Amino acid sequence: MSDKNVIKSGSNLERVLSSGHFAVTCECGPPKGADVEHLQKKIDLIRGCIDAANVTDNQTAVVRMSSIAASAVLLQNGLEPIMQMVTRDRNRIAAQSDVFGAYALGIRNMLCLTGDHQTFGNHPMAKNVFDLDSIQLLDVVRVIRDEGKVNSGDPVQGSARMFLGAAANPFADPFEFRVIRLAKKIRAGADFVQTQCIYDMDRFRKFMSMACDMGLDKQCFILAGLTPLKSAGMAAYMNRSVSGITIPDEIIKRIKGVPKGNQAEEGINLLLEQIQQVREIPGIAGVHIMAIEWEERVKEITERAGLLPRPQL
Amino acid sequence: MIVADPKPFGQVKGYLENFEKILIVGCGTCVTVCLSGGEAEVQILASGLRIAFGREGRSKTILEGCVQRQCDEEFILPILNRVENEQIDAVVSLACGVGVNFFADRLGKTPIFPGVNTTFYGAGMEPGLWAEMCAGCGDCMTAHTGGICPVARCSKHLLNGPCGGSEKGKCEVDPANIDCVWQLIYDRLQKLGRVDELQNVLPAKDWRTASDGGVRRTVREHLYRLK
Repeated sequence: MSDKNVIKSGSNLERVLSSGHFAVTCECGPPKGADVEHLQKKIDLIRGCIDAANVTDNQTAVVRMSSIAASAVLLQNGLEPIMQMVTRDRNRIAAQSDVFGAYALGIRNMLCLTGDHQTFGNHPMAKNVFDLDSIQLLDVVRVIRDEGKVNSGDPVQGSARMFLGAAANPFADPFEFRVIRLAKKIRAGADFVQTQCIYDMDRFRKFMSMACDMGLDKQCFILAGLTPLKSAGMAAYMNRSVSGITIPDEIIKRIKGVPKGNQAEEGINLLLEQIQQVREIPGIAGVHIMAIEWEERVKEITERAGLLPRPQL
Repeated sequence: MIVADPKPFGQVKGYLENFEKILIVGCGTCVTVCLSGGEAEVQILASGLRIAFGREGRSKTILEGCVQRQCDEEFILPILNRVENEQIDAVVSLACGVGVNFFADRLGKTPIFPGVNTTFYGAGMEPGLWAEMCAGCGDCMTAHTGGICPVARCSKHLLNGPCGGSEKGKCEVDPANIDCVWQLIYDRLQKLGRVDELQNVLPAKDWRTASDGGVRRTVREHLYRLK
């Protein structure tokens, strides 16, 4: 476990969180190719609205520009990345090598994930790796940072100090295990945690009260994950097809209840209410807004939520 | 046991187009139990090949055989002799991949073809259903998990608990057919009063004992020295 009060990488996100500000992160998915301009457009839409942006690593197992390269593009364009890394596609040799490479390029935040199973992506015929799970990856990268050793015990040349993140899904099963798993991630090295998108606020409150009872909010920064619903169709699809996400009926009804042309607006209104709700939950240190392929609304969302301007530290 | 599925008939027939005298050999152990490569399946495949080639106006000699185990020399010796004495052109093994390899190493110039696809180490769940139970990783860790193996039975081989894709006891990869093994482990440890143990972080596994350490073999010193 790492001490919340000791500076790890000195990244902007870490400074914002450790100085007690309510942090804001969002997602910036790399293109399905080498289209840098496309990525730059996304960056321009979110720069200044957030403290750092998650750069996904072949999310849903669909091949995209590597998260390291895309994170470097973010840095070049004045936006701090949270480089995501999944263990699905790389063993511990590649993972550690990529951590060194990322650090050399100036990347200072890293989110450790196992990754979606490849059967969900565009290469279901691929062989997966899973040499490590996400908790073991956290452990390996924390040891690199805090003990200067790679997994084999060999010394690291120079240092590679990442501010380490993990994901938590309070909505998957078994429910009682979710907090135990969060505790394990913190013990393995998570300095901050971003949750799966929250729609069932009651269940999330229960999860947070269990986490606070265990003192987890004191050991790590917990950011509440939120995804705006663009339409009733999207809500129904996510509820039906995305494992580990349940959207309460009243939310689906609420979006369905407005004319199609206004559903996106209603989705944003709902998100703004959710942001206020999570701000009031004890132990929440920030929000992670996953506006999937909807970066053009991030400025408006953060502005209307009263989250702007972002602290300059 | 080792579970295998019959290869598609057309695929096996395709291997044999250019051979005249063909011997199909079953195995009396695992593949007999899982109904993919025992004596009965040898007969079915042989009849099918006779009919299919016969319809094309080609008469090939399709011979049948079955041994108790294709993974032990003493059991396959009679087949090796038969191949030589009866001048067999090609052999089809309906054993798991072990049998195919074991024959290939000993068959000289006679080609051997697989008649089944070997799938996993599993158990019979109910009549007609087998499920994967072990991955042969060489360092059994089920003492930590209530005897239930996440290496074999978690789609991501997670060692520290369920991913976000565990819902109502099912794995998101195929909710209709795959249980979330971490739900099973959690329930089992709860029954045993050992849920607390799940808080321990299991460090990165040493995969050298699995096939990642190179091709494996096992030596029993007391027997091996006798050779």
